[in-house]
Amino acid sequence: MESFVVHTGTAVPLRRSNVDTDQIIPAEYLKRITRSGFEDGLFAAWRKDPDFVLNQPAYAGATVLVAGPDFGTGSSREHAVWALQNYGFKVVLSSRFADIFRGNSGKGGLLTAQVPQEVIEALWQAVETDPSVPVTVDLDRRVVSAGEVVSAFEVDDYVRWRLMEGLDDIGITMQRADQIGGFEASRPSYLPTTTAVT
Amino acid sequence: MGRTLAEKVWDAHVVRHAEGEPDLLYIDLHLVHEVTRPQAFDGLRDSGRVVRRPDLTLATEDHNVPTQDIGLPIADPVSRAQVDALRANCAEFGVPLYSLGDVEQGIVHVVGPQLGLTQPGMTVVCGDSHTSTHGAFGALAFGIGTSEVEHVLATQTLPLKPFKTMAITVDGDLPPGVSAKDVTLAVIARIGTGGGQGYVLEYRGSAIRSLSMEGRMTLCNMSIEAGARAGMVAPDQTTFDYLEGRPHAPSGTDWDTAVAHWRTLPTDDDATFDAEVVIDASTLSPYVTWGTNPGQGLPLTGSVPSPDDARDEVERVAIERALEYMDLAPGTPLSEIPVDTVFVGSCTNGRIEDLRVVADVLRGRKVSPAVRVLIVPGSVRVRLQAQAEGLDTVFVEAGAEWREAGCSMCLAMNPDKLAPGERSASTSNRNFEGRQGPGGRTHLVSPAVAAATAVTGRLTAPADLSPVA
Repeated sequence: MESFVVHTGTAVPLRRSNVDTDQIIPAEYLKRITRSGFEDGLFAAWRKDPDFVLNQPAYAGATVLVAGPDFGTGSSREHAVWALQNYGFKVVLSSRFADIFRGNSGKGGLLTAQVPQEVIEALWQAVETDPSVPVTVDLDRRVVSAGEVVSAFEVDDYVRWRLMEGLDDIGITMQRADQIGGFEASRPSYLPTTTAVT
Repeated sequence: MGRTLAEKVWDAHVVRHAEGEPDLLYIDLHLVHEVTRPQAFDGLRDSGRVVRRPDLTLATEDHNVPTQDIGLPIADPVSRAQVDALRANCAEFGVPLYSLGDVEQGIVHVVGPQLGLTQPGMTVVCGDSHTSTHGAFGALAFGIGTSEVEHVLATQTLPLKPFKTMAITVDGDLPPGVSAKDVTLAVIARIGTGGGQGYVLEYRGSAIRSLSMEGRMTLCNMSIEAGARAGMVAPDQTTFDYLEGRPHAPSGTDWDTAVAHWRTLPTDDDATFDAEVVIDASTLSPYVTWGTNPGQGLPLTGSVPSPDDARDEVERVAIERALEYMDLAPGTPLSEIPVDTVFVGSCTNGRIEDLRVVADVLRGRKVSPAVRVLIVPGSVRVRLQAQAEGLDTVFVEAGAEWREAGCSMCLAMNPDKLAPGERSASTSNRNFEGRQGPGGRTHLVSPAVAAATAVTGRLTAPADLSPVA
């Protein structure tokens, strides 16, 4: 996993609350066998509307999503995180995230930064006034800034540490390779392997 | 203080324990099938990782595979793509795979035990909720999600928080004609589909001890339908007898060492469970489901319930919805419900013993002309064994279809499906809306009831059939 310390990019204002994971990625996309390429399914239903914010050229290439409260509710599908990342988002800002979505994001390396709703409102205004305004998310200092808007954000300490070190769950466990190897050496010899027997 | 079976297995697999963190548990066996999230392999590839222990990993093709014309390419492009992805991933990462056409192919939860890969005291995982099946051997076995599959592939471990333990004690003798399937349907009807949430169930008592390994697998398989993470039965002589001589079971002095260890696994007398449910085996009879979740079951001698029977508003709405979907009227005797399809198979009841029970009922009888009967062995080995015993002849002469191995109509990912409005008696594990095909209606039953139902065309216990002339 890439390490995340400071990120600067443009932002999309998503003026909706209770964005559930069925909206983020509809079930019909779950049959796919890859982990990449879900960007076309991201907000698929909403994107049919030509006026939807992601369809506006001014917001092309944005990497920060500024969303309303209760983002990521509903189904636990990990595809929701993949869809956002595949589209290019590195950070989602909201005043409240659903637990499972936030957990899945931490595992996948997508930063969910929590700020008060008035900061969301201020960010919406800033990026609607000037879509090219750079938004900087500093994970080390836990500060988000865009033009005149500057705010601290909340993020779980453990998730922050993992993101800054670029460690996913697997990366962390792999740091215990010596312990795993030691355990393996102590396993009884009668335990089976799947290698074909003749 | 004494420990339970589940706690002993857990403790023996802790690679790392630290305050405030989940335990890191070693995984002895990781099973994989073609629907087990191909994304997990993608994740490995993207991060340049390898499968740490391909020799503790085994893949088979089961969910999507056809049960007819298996020499032909798979017709459905989505199914074919999943199978092709599994083959490519296994080849790239060195994971042993039993493909369609191989003599060891079959449902992953039938294949592991029959190869002797599932042994007492092991930890077993698979990206499939019915992994609980393997608990029948006294293994701690449970289903996992996509990220966890990738985690096990890369590290052969999983960070886990401890489960609670629940004893399901079934004492006494099961009446004739009552099988493990009836026990599990009765348990789920009693504790509900969420009753086991957060628990590992340990099935105990004299009725459980008298069950064969096949019966114990049926029981543990359905633990997930009670919401439990896993189900377990302590290993005993029945377990050892089943394992001895199987291809991957220990042999020689290893066998003696293993058995000596396995004998230490049963729950200590002074151990305590977080919860206990006690059932008197002698009160049990053949169970069937009438609704749209596995907890909506009753003795076959009963009648379709009424929303007025509900204990609360939530249950009343649930009964109403289930009756509407199932197109059943309150008060209808369950034994008068007609079916047009009977499905025998699945990881719940697709083993040789299940097929013997069905053959015993069908021998000398004909299935009703109004009923389509599919008999799908759980593995190629089960199919071959059944044929060696002449069971296939019994099935075909009775008018049933004898198919190739796979998951088949249990979840209708292959061409074996119910049409909208069709009704089945099924030996599988889930009667959810649309599970066996959109608009299809499912009654979960034991193999014996499935066979008797095939003969009469309505839900029937073998005891109610007229004797063979």
